[in-house]
Amino acid sequence: MTHRNDRSLRVGALSRVEGEGAMHVRVRNGEVADVQLEIYEPPRFFEALLRGRSYLEPPDITARICGICPVAYQMSACQAIEDACEVSVDERIQALRRLLYCGEWIESHVLHIYLLHAPDFLGYQSAIEMAADHRDLVERGLALKKLGNDIMEVIGGRAIHPINVKVGGFFRAPAPAELRPLGERLLQARDAAIETVQWVAGFDFPDFHHDHEMLAMTTPGRYPIESGSLISTGGLAFPASAFEDHVVEEQVPHSTALHAHLVNRDHYLVGPAARYTLNSASLSPMAREVAHDAGLGEQERNPFRGIIVRAVEVVYAIDEALRLIDGYQPPAPAAIEVPPHAGVGYGITEAPRGVLYHRYELDAAGLVTSAKIVPPTSQNQASIEHDLTEFVSTRLSLPDDQLQWECEQAIRNYDPCISCSAHFLDFTVERS
Amino acid sequence: MPRPKLAVWKFTSCDGCQLTLLDCEDELLGLAGQVEIAHFLEASRAVSPGPYDISLVEGSVSTPDEAERIRHIREVSRTLVVIGACATSGGIQALRNFADVAEFRSIVYATPHHVRTLARSTPISAHVPVDFELRGCPIDKHQLLEVRTAFLVGREPNIPRHSVCFECKARGATCVMAADGIPCLGPVTQAGCGAICPAFRRGCFGCFGPVDSPADAAVNVAALADRLRAMGMSEDDIVRVFRTFNAAAPAFADATGGVR
Ligand code: SF4
Repeated sequence: MTHRNDRSLRVGALSRVEGEGAMHVRVRNGEVADVQLEIYEPPRFFEALLRGRSYLEPPDITARICGICPVAYQMSACQAIEDACEVSVDERIQALRRLLYCGEWIESHVLHIYLLHAPDFLGYQSAIEMAADHRDLVERGLALKKLGNDIMEVIGGRAIHPINVKVGGFFRAPAPAELRPLGERLLQARDAAIETVQWVAGFDFPDFHHDHEMLAMTTPGRYPIESGSLISTGGLAFPASAFEDHVVEEQVPHSTALHAHLVNRDHYLVGPAARYTLNSASLSPMAREVAHDAGLGEQERNPFRGIIVRAVEVVYAIDEALRLIDGYQPPAPAAIEVPPHAGVGYGITEAPRGVLYHRYELDAAGLVTSAKIVPPTSQNQASIEHDLTEFVSTRLSLPDDQLQWECEQAIRNYDPCISCSAHFLDFTVERS
Repeated sequence: MPRPKLAVWKFTSCDGCQLTLLDCEDELLGLAGQVEIAHFLEASRAVSPGPYDISLVEGSVSTPDEAERIRHIREVSRTLVVIGACATSGGIQALRNFADVAEFRSIVYATPHHVRTLARSTPISAHVPVDFELRGCPIDKHQLLEVRTAFLVGREPNIPRHSVCFECKARGATCVMAADGIPCLGPVTQAGCGAICPAFRRGCFGCFGPVDSPADAAVNVAALADRLRAMGMSEDDIVRVFRTFNAAAPAFADATGGVR
């Protein structure tokens, strides 16, 4: 027997997220008793299969954790291995890495804004359905997304799992003439990116706020992407090497993704809103201006408005790519020598979805003896469940299908990349 | 006439191969007019029931549930196309096939018995008949579009089965092995990527798996391994170059003396 006060809602096979997941809500006596985000992405055991591999292999191998943010994996892996081998790359290599990473931010954010998330706000099942009424908008998004992919193709060789990244730098540095056409297109794309911010800022946002501690990187003088240390809204400040002193991961029975929380603190949040809240002063002047016009304040604590932050970061990534192409000097050589060295190395970068941590332990021959990878989605999962509990509590009067859609949208706020921790959405509400 | 129904399915994978479909920015909206996208969770909430005219399957089979699910999908699919190294050979996660999965599980998870997984990661063809196979980690966008075109007009897709060496020559790239002494799997790897790595002065690392003719591939893999040895690679290094994204593809697995 089911009645309104007791129910159970299950969202099976969550759509428009990267990966496979499900959501289970249990309602008892009219109150939300439990919300679980089940991740049933089959485990692929990357940390185990990296053992015994050469120190030169993790960038290519870990890229395969996620087809949507392979550059993030490559960059965190390179950084960690270079750290273990006690070398650092020069500024030109660093700049080219940042440019490649801008390509991934643009592609991943635009994919999420236009193809995965905007349809929720406008009441469409998909961007393809949305295109029937708003073809120009969807085409604008696809053109922006393509530009991000093209940056990755020119520098990385291909957009998904680029082949040009190696420990120490690149196999081949592109000639300035190869980058110039991208510069021209970026200049034109800037307007489309600004219009995107204005467009998404006009959506209807549910009134919802969280008070999670937010964790992001910080880089002196710049918005954080490929290098820096960590800071939090709760006053934490630590380098990559102290990550495991501050973050612990736990296995929960309902998920193949591990859940992370801060030591002696609670669940926390990484990702665009955290980056923005902790670093908005380092945005480019144009990105700051459009953020302001779009109504973003000092902090952004309504997860639904994350779509605006993502759009602002696209404007920033375009500005930053323009700056880097403008000042581009091909690294020579394209990669520094990295002799194998016994030791432990740490790497953190800002994947589109937030902080991505890698640690490798190498032996003297350069073989990996242990590896640890903490992706953004496992760091966010506890906070997402927390938000969902609150969110569902105020919406229990909705019929299941409506509640399901709104919960899906709430989950998509965080752009969970479930293949990196694992996939979403099977949705169940148990009202019993 | 109703449009043919397209479904996209995910098994154990990174999503990169299905993302290739969304990366066809110039063709995506056109494609949506030619076929009904009936099941594609990465892109749409809307799901319409089978049967489906064409199913694209990404990923390998690595859990008991997946072994069940692929049978059902085969039943409701007229044409079943497997996309990418995970689906065609078991993917990078098939490295477990050469190790002890219980140990793998205990390295990653504190309470490993909660995690349901199979001892081996296997290609889709180990479970059900497959109509067509697209290689790559990830697949190539142009090859995917060729499969679409061929499917819509009802002909066989034109996908070359020769080695990367052919593409390298066609592209006018200098042979990295002959010119620079860089180890390269191009001679034994199936074409399709456009010889990207040699163009970036890097040796091919086998994303597209062994060339299709199994007899040839076996002979060539052994010959190439000899050549790599002569170039100074250790036995362990040689095993590692063949044991990546297509480690369990028979020609590569046999060359490393491993189980598939
Ligand atoms: S074949 Fe490679 S790119 Fe495709 S899903 Fe598998 S890991 Fe990802």
